[in-house]
Amino acid sequence: MCAQMYYRGKMFGFVHLYNGQEAVSTGFIKLLKKEDSVVSTYRDHVHALSKGVPARAVMSELFGKTTGCCRGQGGSMHMFSKEHNLLGGFAFIGEGIPVATGAAFTSKYRREVLKEADCDHVTLAFFGDGTCNNGQFFECLNMAALWKLPIVFVVENNLWAIGMSHLRATSDPQIYKKGPAFGMPGIHVNGMDVLKVRAVAQTAIARARSGEGPTLVECETYRFRGHSLADPDELRDPAEKAHYAARDPITALKKYLIENNLATEVELKAIDKKIEEVVEDAVEFADESPHPTRSQLLENVFADPKGFGIGPDGRYRCEDPKFTEGTAQV
Amino acid sequence: MAAIFHGVGAATALSPSPSHSVDSKKFQLAPSRSLSARKGRIAVVRSDSSVNLSLNSRGRKDHLWIPNAVATKTDDSAASTASKSGHEILLFEALREGLEEEMDRDPHVCVMGEDVGHYGGSYKVTKGLAEKFGDLRVLDTPIAENSFTGMGIGAAMTGLRPVVEGMNMGFLLLAFNQISNNCGMLHYTSGGQFTIPVVIRGPGGVGRQLGAEHSQRLESYFQSIPGIQMVACSTPYNAKGLMKAAIRSENPVILFEHVLLYNLKERIPDEDYICNLEEAEMVRPGEHVTILTYSRMRYHVMQAAKTLVNKGYDPEVIDIRSLKPFDLYTIGNSVKKTHRVLIVEECMRTGGIGASLTAAINENFHDYLDAPIVCLSSQDVPTPYAGTLEEWTVVQPAQIVTAVEQLCQ
Repeated sequence: MCAQMYYRGKMFGFVHLYNGQEAVSTGFIKLLKKEDSVVSTYRDHVHALSKGVPARAVMSELFGKTTGCCRGQGGSMHMFSKEHNLLGGFAFIGEGIPVATGAAFTSKYRREVLKEADCDHVTLAFFGDGTCNNGQFFECLNMAALWKLPIVFVVENNLWAIGMSHLRATSDPQIYKKGPAFGMPGIHVNGMDVLKVRAVAQTAIARARSGEGPTLVECETYRFRGHSLADPDELRDPAEKAHYAARDPITALKKYLIENNLATEVELKAIDKKIEEVVEDAVEFADESPHPTRSQLLENVFADPKGFGIGPDGRYRCEDPKFTEGTAQV
Repeated sequence: MAAIFHGVGAATALSPSPSHSVDSKKFQLAPSRSLSARKGRIAVVRSDSSVNLSLNSRGRKDHLWIPNAVATKTDDSAASTASKSGHEILLFEALREGLEEEMDRDPHVCVMGEDVGHYGGSYKVTKGLAEKFGDLRVLDTPIAENSFTGMGIGAAMTGLRPVVEGMNMGFLLLAFNQISNNCGMLHYTSGGQFTIPVVIRGPGGVGRQLGAEHSQRLESYFQSIPGIQMVACSTPYNAKGLMKAAIRSENPVILFEHVLLYNLKERIPDEDYICNLEEAEMVRPGEHVTILTYSRMRYHVMQAAKTLVNKGYDPEVIDIRSLKPFDLYTIGNSVKKTHRVLIVEECMRTGGIGASLTAAINENFHDYLDAPIVCLSSQDVPTPYAGTLEEWTVVQPAQIVTAVEQLCQ
């Protein structure tokens, strides 16, 4: 639906779709409490939805309307939700990992310094294979293991960083091995199977919650579409794509449910229909929502808007009634 | 009490007064009001007559910073007796006092940086804090500026109020990613959902033959980042006040300290006070020329002012303190009075704070200027190691005197 809306001109810029990787997001995030935090990258629509951000808010944000989760100021790559503890959506890869480390640090600080004994919030940091060659990744692995922070580093290894194959970019392509080098367990899991991911996630999150420290989980997964909607995706071998398409996590789960008599075809069709309705409703809501007004431009730059300073007339600029109309001088 | 008047009261002194009607072209100085405002400010600043610079003991010739030795116009006996109380303190101790008081006041305030804990900070600003508050509140980080600054930002988003120390401001270039993308922008990109009440501080500026990379002035690099505030402290009084205000502020604040100013001594009030983050400080009122400066250059300017007074000039010296945003009110009032502006800064010529300030003054107060604004900045060179070369890189008092003489012709 996102792609359709993009090609119809409802949204612009860089949009990165998560098709094929759903098992990772669902497997991990559905195990979290509301107070646990999630930090993601630009491929964050599904992380937002899994964490509980309403579909309407996400779609409005993509359309750039005021009713979006970030009031239209973030966009596809910057989904934030304080209510659901989604700490973003970061455009530069690796940028979110220190932020996730910080959130985990707060959890530990709360427990040990502020003496909130029941604070066992866990943070999940999602990032890709390309990020695993970035300095911030290694620096944070070190700090998290050093201070035993309650964090799980989840690598969504989809083998491609835009057009750069993981094997061409990394000296040792087995990412999970980098965990023990820093003193934390490194686990590899089949990221196309949601139940396997969930099992691993359970151990990792329990480990973090009990205060034993971080874990590095490498999920072998694949994205069915290009890196973003602007990517022609010509470089990847069709055989590779077919191989992973056969392992589509959603169809695999469907097969599993039906074979084990956990759900019937009819029930699953009903769920499908319901999801379609939710999506249609979200698109309609986003379409009808208003665009941001001019006055929104200068709001929220500073938490304390006195940061715009004292103007030539002696008053704080933010007190000038013309300030948010954009006519006052800044 | 004069001290309170300086910090908090100054904000009320800035509230609009009838003489500043917007549509009157001729600015009329309301002498009684502004003079009393200045009086209050001077009282606190001037009362520190006992400035003792232990750096002098090294016997170097040209570093005779005597900040307030310049003869001032008004005499306030009342104010000076009132501030005989208070305690003498060095600048780094003032920073520590401010930090400690804020950490006592709010358990969410924490410090992170390299060698801030057990070592006490490489300039002793955090000495003793780790013993008092514990290793988690005063966190010794590994040498990973980008990541621990990011960690500070993540902690700030989730409820803490970290103070991130760069051992030298130059090291924060490694954290530029986090400071620019996350620190400044996340409040806006999240639609106002997350606040980042982080304070990033550290010593910068040209020191004593520290070499090019340890002598960087990062204020010029950071000034474009939307969403952050920048302040520069220059005396123990404003160091403590700005540190406290920065910690209490909900905005991300970068506090620039200067390596050579850490041993300045001053008498500061005992009671709690903060300095307004967006305000400039009137150091010496005058009539002939406005000299805008900040951080270490304040002392070069005051030394030059001494010479200028002997030559019959009357410079008005303002320590702008707030590097982003500029306090255009104080600066504007001064420009409207003197009609000549000299900016003395330690930044490099290209793209420095002086360049932005020149543009801002030209835009807003063009009609009031009798002469083009002169900006004295450091040379556009990497700071050399050799002492003589280093001296010529930064602005020296003699150059300031010459510039004022030329400007006032």
